Parts: sequence; structure tokens; C-alpha cells
Amino acid sequence: MANVPEDLHYSKDHEWVRVEGNTAVVGITDYAQNSLGDVVYVEVPKAGDVFAANESFGSVESVKAVSEVFSPVSGEVSGINEALNDEPEKVNQDPYGQGWMIRVEMSNPGEVDSLLTAAEYEDFTKAETE
Amino acid sequence: MHRRLGGRMVDFGGWDMPVQYPAGTIEEHLRTRKHAGLFDVSHMGEIDVRGADAIALVNYLTSNDAAKLVDGQAQYSALTTPAGTVIDDLLVYSFAGDHLLLVVNAGTTTKDWEWITSHHRDESVTLKNVSSDYCQLALQGPDALGILQKLTDLPLAEINYYHFVAGSVDGVPSIVSRTGYTGEDGFEVYAAADKAEQLWNKMLDAGNCGSDTGVLPCGLAARNTLRLEAGMALYGHEIDETTTLLEANLGWICKLNKGDFIGRERLAEQKQAGVHKRLVGFEVTERGIARDGQDVVINGERIGKVTSGSPAPYLKKNIGMAYVPTAVATEGRQIQIDVRGKPVSAQIVKTPFYKREK
Repeated sequence: MANVPEDLHYSKDHEWVRVEGNTAVVGITDYAQNSLGDVVYVEVPKAGDVFAANESFGSVESVKAVSEVFSPVSGEVSGINEALNDEPEKVNQDPYGQGWMIRVEMSNPGEVDSLLTAAEYEDFTKAETE
Repeated sequence: MHRRLGGRMVDFGGWDMPVQYPAGTIEEHLRTRKHAGLFDVSHMGEIDVRGADAIALVNYLTSNDAAKLVDGQAQYSALTTPAGTVIDDLLVYSFAGDHLLLVVNAGTTTKDWEWITSHHRDESVTLKNVSSDYCQLALQGPDALGILQKLTDLPLAEINYYHFVAGSVDGVPSIVSRTGYTGEDGFEVYAAADKAEQLWNKMLDAGNCGSDTGVLPCGLAARNTLRLEAGMALYGHEIDETTTLLEANLGWICKLNKGDFIGRERLAEQKQAGVHKRLVGFEVTERGIARDGQDVVINGERIGKVTSGSPAPYLKKNIGMAYVPTAVATEGRQIQIDVRGKPVSAQIVKTPFYKREK
């Protein structure tokens, strides 16, 4: 069973958001990393890049496939997880911790309210699996 | 059976196949290189050819020389079109002068069967599509021999590469063939379809599945990365009905002097004139992973296409194969791959990328 922490917000594209003040920390969920398999490459934007909600901000590649990742919120990238350059497997090992991808200074923090709660996301992934 | 092991299934040409097991593609790949991996490849097609003119028919349909086979030998070959392109690649097994077995790709079995039967005019040859009669398990890796030997009295070490024997494995009548699609030593075992689960479980047990150095069940994703490192062609990628055997570097299975076969004339012409494009291997030299279908670029010009591109788990590089104009198909040549709009540098290298130590 995939791990879905209570305190995070989730998108239907399988990203998670941790809200820290006006900053959103973004990564992909345990369910997503498990579906992808061994992550071998993560491409993230540069600090300063601006994304709208649901816009693709990078990609995650497993041995077999490439998946785009989408920013659940609008804003400017204020930090990226450079450790993933050398250790992309952190996305598999610790998707909600060391596997985080970007930090976004939100231009519209209200967008977080339209994301899924942990319980909603769990139901959503169950429906997808069936 | 595979679901019970936690395999993630996909529809593969109508077959419900495991892409990977819980260990993951990288571990499956590495375990096969270092110890052993077990692959269920029962989806492969089998066509039985019997009769006095069996070799004559197969020799007319395929590019390699089936007349050279001795009983108990297998041969890599191709079904060719009149244009010298490829209907399918296959293994031809010789049981006797009047009995051959063609092992073909799953997705092309129906097409192959129609092609073969449409050229079959000699009533002394009997063709039978026996694909659903057989299961096929591939036990691959340096430990494969020791594991399989626990289940059979057949002297496995005495079977030469690309040879096979018939005998009993765990009491099940089987064909044991020293062949594979991984670049490792190993065996492919054919038996009655309903014995798949028994043989699968016995091979996992005999190989200490569960220990860190034991055999691992492997899915299609690892099968693909292993064959790519070993520089082997995959039908629908490196070879198809638009590329000739010579362009695909498969001149070694074109026996132009064996007598007439479909495509011989065109292949002989092409050999004389030289090919315009050629399959090459490449290594990505900066960050990025090339993928199937991406363009090969030199000086901004799109000059070719990637046929297979992937991370290579054992070599820890990102590699691929591509068709490029013959003029640039030289080792060391710098190229770029258009990775979703971003040019990524790569270099043409010699294949196979990986060669096991013997």
C-alpha cells in the first residue's frame, strides 16, 4: 500500500505539495515512484523560472519511461533539489523527504485549497488501480 | 503466477506480461549479469516444419543457411521480403534433416504464419503453428548452468552455444537450448505449455530465489535493457519491413551464395552498391537519456532516428542504437540526439556495448 502522509496536498498528476508559509515544496508521490520504477534521471527547472498551476516543470525518467511532472501551484521556483542530479534514486527511496524536487514561491496560495487531501488522493489512486 | 510474485503486468501484443517484479528493472538486470535471471517468454511463437523438403522451404524463406545446421543445432536467421527487409527475425532449430522448428516473435507470429503458408506450395512439407503448445522459460546468467543442472541429468556443460538437446527437466519432457537474448551464458527451455508454472517455480527454488545472490524473476523491461547492452536487435525497433538486413549490420546472416531465397537479389545488389544508412550504437556523453524514435542531429540537420534508447544498468551509461547515413556511421563520430526538443551530445561507439568475459 502506498504511503500517503496526512499533512500534504496532492494533485491528480501524482505530485505532492508541502506548504511552508508562502512556499510550496513539490515532489512526486510514493504511488507515482512505485508505478515508475527505478528513477534514473530527474530534470528540474532553474531557480527563477515561473510556472502556472498544472504546467509541466520537468521530467522524471525510469529505465523504461519518461514522465512529465506538473507544478500543482503557480509561482516562481526558489530552490531545486540538486542532490537528485547524482542520486535520482532518492525519489524512490524517500519520495516525501530527500526526493523533493522544487520549492515554489506561490503567486496564488489559494490554489492549494483546490488540491486533494490525503484521503481524497488515496481514493483517487485506488480508483486508478482498479 | 506472475501477479503472485508482485509482477507489474502490461498488455504486450495481446499477452498479459510482467514488465518488472518488485526488485525492479535495475536489480533484475544486474542480477542476470552477476548471477541469474529467469524470464517467462512463453509468448514467443513456434512453427513446426516437417517433411523431406523442410530445409528447402526454410532456406527459400530465410536469409541464413539452414542446410548448414546439424541435428541439435540452432541458428539465428530472418524471414525476408523481396526488398531484403525483414518480416521477422527468428531461431531455426534443427531436430532432423526433415524436421525444423522456427521460433518467432510473439507480435509477428500471425504475420509470419501467413507469410510462410502463402509461400508453401510443396505438399511434402507440413507446417504447424504450435505456438500455444509450448511454454518457454529463459534462465540466463553465469549461474544458470549450475541452477538448471540441479533439475536435470542432461550434461548441460556439454551443450555448445546455439545447440540444444531434448530431455527431461524436473521430470518434464523439454528442449534445452543454450541460447538467449541477454549477452550472458544461459538456457532457453521449451516444454508443454501447462508445465510453465511447475518449471518456473522449480527454477526459482533451485536458484535460491530470495537470497541476495539467487536467481531473480525478470520482466520485459530487463529483457530489453539486457539485449540492448548486448547490442542485439529487437524486431519493430532495429529491424522491420523498412530496413534491410545489411543496413541492420546483419550481413552475417545473409548467405548470398546458398542458393535462391526471397530478397537475395536485392541484398546482393545492395551489398555490391553499399548501404545508404546503417545501424550504429551510441553513448550519450552528457546528461540525458535518448529514447526510441528520437531524431539524430548533426549540425542542426536531422539525419537519423533512434531505434532503441535507454539507460544501461550494468554499464551505467545511457546508450542507444540509431540509423544514420553511412557517411557518418563511424566510431567516435559526434552526434546529437533531440531529447524532447533539447539537443544532447552523443558519440558513435562500437557494438556490442557489453561483452561478457569468457
